[in-house]
Amino acid sequence: MGQFNDLSEFLEMGGHGLYVWLSYGMVLLLLIFNITSPWLTKRRIVAEQKRRIRRGDSNET
Amino acid sequence: MKIKYPQWFYRLSSPKWFYTISGKLLPWFTIAAVMLLAVGTIWGLVFAPQDYQQGNSFRIIYVHVPSAILAQSCYMMMAAAGAIALIWKIKVAHMVARSCAPIGASMAIIALATGAIWGKPTWGAWWVWDARLTSMLILLFLYFGVMALYSAFESETAGDKAGAVLALVGVVNIPIIKYSVEWWNTLHQPATFKLTEKPAMPPEMWLPLLVMVLGFYLFFAVVVMMRIRNEVLQRERKSDWVKVVVMES
Repeated sequence: MGQFNDLSEFLEMGGHGLYVWLSYGMVLLLLIFNITSPWLTKRRIVAEQKRRIRRGDSNET
Repeated sequence: MKIKYPQWFYRLSSPKWFYTISGKLLPWFTIAAVMLLAVGTIWGLVFAPQDYQQGNSFRIIYVHVPSAILAQSCYMMMAAAGAIALIWKIKVAHMVARSCAPIGASMAIIALATGAIWGKPTWGAWWVWDARLTSMLILLFLYFGVMALYSAFESETAGDKAGAVLALVGVVNIPIIKYSVEWWNTLHQPATFKLTEKPAMPPEMWLPLLVMVLGFYLFFAVVVMMRIRNEVLQRERKSDWVKVVVMES
């Protein structure tokens, strides 16, 4: 398929497999981090504020 | 003198308006980003032809160029938002500027790291102190500096101002990055995409790259909106509409 005859040829990338997969792997990790980080922040903010509202604490700092 | 701005200008600067609109846009942007990134990655890794000199290491271009473009666009957006925030004292603009910094930093890290990995088989070295590489490293440090200033102050307003000022000063680095490959003799190859000329590579190679660039822009739109929405929730926590949003989520 495409430029490669089989899967092992695709993984080897003509001897450049290490470089190609290292790059793409790192990109994947950083993109996932960029999604999960604000998602976790939102969960934390919502949890904190719910607690605050339930306490009826309106003059927090 | 009091200048009267059009109505949309005030609406745009309302945190509540931003929160509502971005909530509607987010799912669509997410779908589009995932689709473009998936298509671009498969196209670039499997179907695009290999370079006749560099072989398959050339495929790193499909993540290297988009992240490098984004790192610079994101910086411009951060500086513009910082300027708007300082001039018109618009709260949302500070939230935008603050949200851009960590995303831009990670894009600069991706660009530098994939560049190093690509440099090893192509130039024989992970790193050279070349004008393009050095100015990109400075961009990363500018992002770190802006992030540090934003979190260095007890008062949010003081942090907002300090971060925005450094972001503005750092803009001088952007043209240096852009023209570094023309002003100095560098190892780095010239830009793939130019507004005035056709790309030097065949369409089978640059079309997937274009898809990846668009995908990265949409990804950026998604994550920057997520971060700005968090800033809105945090800073407007005392307003009634945020309390309603929080209790419903």
